[in-house]
Amino acid sequence: VTAAVRGASRTGTSRAGRTGSVTWMALPALVFFIAFGVVPLLGVMGLSFTRWDGIGAIHPAGFDSWQKVLVDPGLPHALYVTFLVMILSWLVQTPASILIGVFLASHARYRGVLAVLYFIPLLLSSAAIAVAYKALLDPNFGLGAGLQIGFLSQDWLGEDKLAVGVVVFIVSWQFIPFHSLIYQGAVRQIPRSMYEAAEIDGAGRIRQFWNVTLPQLKYTIVTSSTLMVVGSLTFFDLIFVLTAGGPGDATRVLALDMYKTGFQANLMGPASAIAVILVLVAFALAIILRRIGGGGASDSQLEGA
Amino acid sequence: MDPITTSRRTFLGITLATGAGVGLAACGGTSGPQSSGTGGAGAATGSASYWYLTGPPGEGIRTNTVKRFNAANPKTQIKGTTFQNDAYKTKVKTAIGAGQAPTIIWGWGGGGLKSYVDASQVEDLTDWFAKNPAVKDRLFPSSFGAATVGGKIYAMPCETVQPIVLYYNKTSFEKIGAQPPQSWGDIMDLVPKFNAKGIAPFSLGGQSRWTNMMWLEFLFDRISGPGVFQAVFDGEKNAWSNPASIQALTEMQKLIKANGFIKGFSSITADSNADQALLYTGKAAMMLHGSWTYGSMATDGGDFVSGGHLGYMNFPAFDGGKGDPSDTVGNPGQYLSISSKATAAEKDIAKKFFATAVLSDAENKEWIGAGAIPIVKGTDSLLTGSKDEAWLKFLYGTSSGAKVFAQSWDQAMSPTAAEELLNNIAKLFQMSISPQQFADNMNKVIGT
Repeated sequence: VTAAVRGASRTGTSRAGRTGSVTWMALPALVFFIAFGVVPLLGVMGLSFTRWDGIGAIHPAGFDSWQKVLVDPGLPHALYVTFLVMILSWLVQTPASILIGVFLASHARYRGVLAVLYFIPLLLSSAAIAVAYKALLDPNFGLGAGLQIGFLSQDWLGEDKLAVGVVVFIVSWQFIPFHSLIYQGAVRQIPRSMYEAAEIDGAGRIRQFWNVTLPQLKYTIVTSSTLMVVGSLTFFDLIFVLTAGGPGDATRVLALDMYKTGFQANLMGPASAIAVILVLVAFALAIILRRIGGGGASDSQLEGA
Repeated sequence: MDPITTSRRTFLGITLATGAGVGLAACGGTSGPQSSGTGGAGAATGSASYWYLTGPPGEGIRTNTVKRFNAANPKTQIKGTTFQNDAYKTKVKTAIGAGQAPTIIWGWGGGGLKSYVDASQVEDLTDWFAKNPAVKDRLFPSSFGAATVGGKIYAMPCETVQPIVLYYNKTSFEKIGAQPPQSWGDIMDLVPKFNAKGIAPFSLGGQSRWTNMMWLEFLFDRISGPGVFQAVFDGEKNAWSNPASIQALTEMQKLIKANGFIKGFSSITADSNADQALLYTGKAAMMLHGSWTYGSMATDGGDFVSGGHLGYMNFPAFDGGKGDPSDTVGNPGQYLSISSKATAAEKDIAKKFFATAVLSDAENKEWIGAGAIPIVKGTDSLLTGSKDEAWLKFLYGTSSGAKVFAQSWDQAMSPTAAEELLNNIAKLFQMSISPQQFADNMNKVIGT
């Protein structure tokens, strides 16, 4: 996988242009984005330089909130947990999604049925998933205790490492179907002729996967990884319901840190500063991933690059 | 509408949209913080809104009170909306900040109420109480402490007095042939005995954090009396570093290390009542919890309460401790405030509700029937003959006999300090910080 990602930079010729008359088509999305993305972001930036308890009047406070947030040991911890969850869930999701996606790309009917089944976790809300898993993993009334299975009756959400592991597992369980779907579509876009050529050259199935399928999925991997990585910054509802950041602060990711600072401790200024940091991290990651992807991740590479 | 309100409201839109904004970049990742801020002050004329908590038995009684008021006052209706306990705390704060508060705000008084008062979001009721002495004089005087900020009354005390009680499962004690603890030393002695029989000594819904806090409230009191926390509350510098405070925190960790609490306690929530289930199913022998859990254990626990298997007592003394064992902590009452943003008509409906419907004889009977003591004087005569007579008399005795009835820490403190406290308590119970670190962390937020 990493080889494919690295190899991407070789074809980094960006094809600009092709704009002009169709620019207006982007207008509705642009208006929406400015109204609900840019304007609020500016508001939060402004709030990060104020002192406000969420109830009373807003007082300007200079860099107080920033200073408070940046010296708080809670911030590096929250960043660490965020990246830990991000990296672990990427490592679990990507290989699994590619394999399932390739498997489902075939047009065999039973695979269509399986595709529908795989899709089910995506239909459930994160909160519902969290409530269900919380009940299943309960050390006293859960699956392990109920079925008398020793291995399952661990203190899943009560020990730091296990709790992080459970979060990664559930996130993967929830989103692998989505990413598999992306890969399924991408695999179906690979021209049949490339496989025929590979067959003539004597490549077996596994060889075809490594040398044809995977390189052709390069841009899809970048897209899917961007979604996973940036999306993992916004994991909130699942963790909030499942562990509320606990035990202690073992699963207190940045988004949860922001919420708790703002809405439970009534410190809207520092919470806004954390929100800005969250946005900056997301921007940086998105840009890095685009670079890795070789500029125009939206470029087509049909019929060979 | 004044400009400040507008900007506040804009901000709330903003925070919600930040999630959406990042979500756009992520394109179908997860959703951001759950939306809030709908609902709001009564839309139709002649009605006032009222937000309160779910969960038996209180929810049904609150609903009945509203129903009775609406039946008696067909022209001035109250529209109730219910929320789950922990969700409500955030929800109501957000709504008040956005100028979308309900007319009648249900709350716990203390630090939370003070933050509303500081922001001029709730009505000053001092004059109204002065004009309506009959409303004030029938209630427990102790219930007004947490309703008073700077000498003025900002809330109508309501509902019940709720001390924290040490519950135990009599069947579990029979199994190990032991007696309920009379001292902290007894508690520590009982722990290995229960563990040897495969029964957890104590049930605890640790994920809710305030459940852990109740332990510290009692340990602090029993070791050194109410002075240590009072010093914290009064903003005294380094008050948490008091040797008595360190001793209490150390004793707490001793009990945790000795496996005093059920396995997995830090992932159990009190909102789901799983901690109570552990007690009545016999998986745990004892539980320190609010008196409000009696009603739900009676409802959910089969014959646990009706069959006489539930025992209860005030928290035992600490050997050699200076605290008075009659002291208790908990909620001296619940509180109803009126939003200052409500219209004059809505405020009048709310006041009429306070004067005629809240803690009416019919409501008091329902509370007593549910095993709780309403904060109205002279209800002790109603207790005799009730199916929960022994419990109710214990509750009445504990509440009225306490030398000090302290308000729960997280309710007494400002929301900022309370959140820091709960955070550190969770870490203390997770053994990830030492008593000294706890004191250092908490000293930093004294006076905030």
